[in-house]
Amino acid sequence: MSALLELDGVVKRFPVRDALGRRAGAVHAVDGVSLSVAQGETLAIVGESGCGKSTLGRLMMNLITPDAGSVRFAGEDLVRLSPAAMRARRRDMQLIFQDPFASLDPRMTVEQAVAEPLRLHRIVPRGEERARVADLLSRVGLRPELARRWPHEFSGGQRQRIAIARALASQPRLIVGDEPVSALDVSVQAQVVNLLSDLIRDLGLTFVLISHDLGVVRHVADRVAVMYLGRIVEQGPAEEVLTAPKHPYTRALLAAVPGHGVKAPPIEGDVPSPIAPPPGCRFHTRCPFAEAQCRIIQPELTGAPHAVACLLDGRLPPVRPRPERLAGGERLRRLQSFFRAPAPPTGAQP
Amino acid sequence: MTPALEVVGLTLDFRQDGRALRVLDGVSFRVDAGRTLAIVGESGCGKSVASLAVMGLLPENATVGGAIRLAGRELTSLSREERRMLRGAEMAMIFQEPMTSLNPAFTAGEQVAEALRLHQGLDRAAAFAEAIRMLDRVRIPDAARRARQYPHQLSGGMRQRVMIAMALACRPKLLIADEPTTALDVTVQAQILALLDEMKRETGTAVILVTHDLGVVADHADEVAVMYAGRIAEQAAAATLFARPEHPYTAGLLGAAPGEGERGERLASIEGTVPDLRAPPRGCRFAPRCPFVISGCIAEPPPLAEVAPGHLSACWRAPLDTVLGQAA
Repeated sequence: MSALLELDGVVKRFPVRDALGRRAGAVHAVDGVSLSVAQGETLAIVGESGCGKSTLGRLMMNLITPDAGSVRFAGEDLVRLSPAAMRARRRDMQLIFQDPFASLDPRMTVEQAVAEPLRLHRIVPRGEERARVADLLSRVGLRPELARRWPHEFSGGQRQRIAIARALASQPRLIVGDEPVSALDVSVQAQVVNLLSDLIRDLGLTFVLISHDLGVVRHVADRVAVMYLGRIVEQGPAEEVLTAPKHPYTRALLAAVPGHGVKAPPIEGDVPSPIAPPPGCRFHTRCPFAEAQCRIIQPELTGAPHAVACLLDGRLPPVRPRPERLAGGERLRRLQSFFRAPAPPTGAQP
Repeated sequence: MTPALEVVGLTLDFRQDGRALRVLDGVSFRVDAGRTLAIVGESGCGKSVASLAVMGLLPENATVGGAIRLAGRELTSLSREERRMLRGAEMAMIFQEPMTSLNPAFTAGEQVAEALRLHQGLDRAAAFAEAIRMLDRVRIPDAARRARQYPHQLSGGMRQRVMIAMALACRPKLLIADEPTTALDVTVQAQILALLDEMKRETGTAVILVTHDLGVVADHADEVAVMYAGRIAEQAAAATLFARPEHPYTAGLLGAAPGEGERGERLASIEGTVPDLRAPPRGCRFAPRCPFVISGCIAEPPPLAEVAPGHLSACWRAPLDTVLGQAA
């Protein structure tokens, strides 16, 4: 598989100013990230608030310009593209946000919102717009009759479907979803996760999922990259990273997920400030295994396909899975199988 | 033993534009000292208003019916002033966003001390000293210094620790935690939930944990009540509920939570949306979305009935083994 998206040594800092407007340091939001996403692959970027995952997502889309490094899409360095060439490129990449209330213009009907990218990128002739919007709406599980309605008439889950339809309109190759299901209730979240999985498979989309929810990640990702304070600390095949994590931070993260995960020493305290990240390994201030060298040497991400940035790699105790308290067994699986089939119409006899 | 809290047949109506909207419809539960009852459900199921009703924190346009007994004492007949004096002393609540519950103009220590002065009659100096001790007990490092800091100088996890210290300062009989960790990162969430468990063991307070997160329930609750559209759908010991749910909604909810099962397998999807409480279904409120629905479900609401010792389900088709038997 060839890489559709390749980041090399990407750095992004945001200046911080004091009360008088003088430069007082910088937030090291993304600090030397290299990764690649293969055509048709789903890569999840996980981490806690402030780790830089959302900034990384915006860098991937070239919505913000990196201070250093390159972002290559289909072999082309986006940072060096002219504004006109970049605008043309935009149709190939779309972003879905967490909050479907904020991402849809309240003054546009559903039809106008979904048709806008069609028109902008001249996807279909004017006369075919309406039919294409109807196609897109049914594709995301909405009745085409809803096209004349306004965003406020829809629930959060329906709005996220509209946002997905709008993202699909330009026929993109890459979709970046920044916490796309985090604001939804669990039953609605399941509907949207199922929809995204279907679309990724059916349309052969390349998908970057930015999420703090390891359950969702485990469900959809082929590969996982774990970020901490602006750097990738571990990346590899999803199954391996999530069941046999190597980095102490990944272990602690998985141990902290309620209900399932791995057994690992918990970590204390809060994430240090990204304005003055700790020297050496950025996790050493909270790492239960840290040694003297960890405070001085910044570890590189090494190994393939499962890579880790830890000086103690290979010397840490093996992780054990926790008993799955949420696992319900065969009876529950049979009950749930009825939900996967289309529900009978109200009033029908079983 | 008298339960720390017993709620029987709780109803709640909001008057709105001359009409009454029934948001809780006969909710009953109990929680014993030193135990955690989780109330789970999705947005709008009534789990948060149920806890506000118990606390007596509802707005003027709310009418509460049924009984709420704290250690055997009926609360619904008390005056507003009597209810106010109970809050902070015998019952306390912590919320999702500690920043909105803390007063930005007072230091962390002053806010913990206020409860102690008001309810335990300590003088200013003694209350502040006790506040520092409480902040230390909720594992705030360097508590004496932190006690003199304002909320905006503390991290989200630290603020929630201050809230817990405030809530438990007077050793209440009941602590209600409404989505206490939803705004926090997962590693901080783990710390806060572990702290709540530890404080519960130490003080013997009864805890009601209101949450949408089934993983949190599995790890931290003794008993679980699942709510749907203003009613309790199912209630059981946590381990039983996860292993053998007896309400279709619970089974669907468990299947909808990603992270279980095979990667890429479709999640159980509860089709449709929650009913509009202005016009709820006449029978079982889950009937329009239930794959096991029969005509009886639409005609009449099912009572919350025991299907096994200590295991209650409001479903005409429970126990669900019979449904599976027919389907096989």
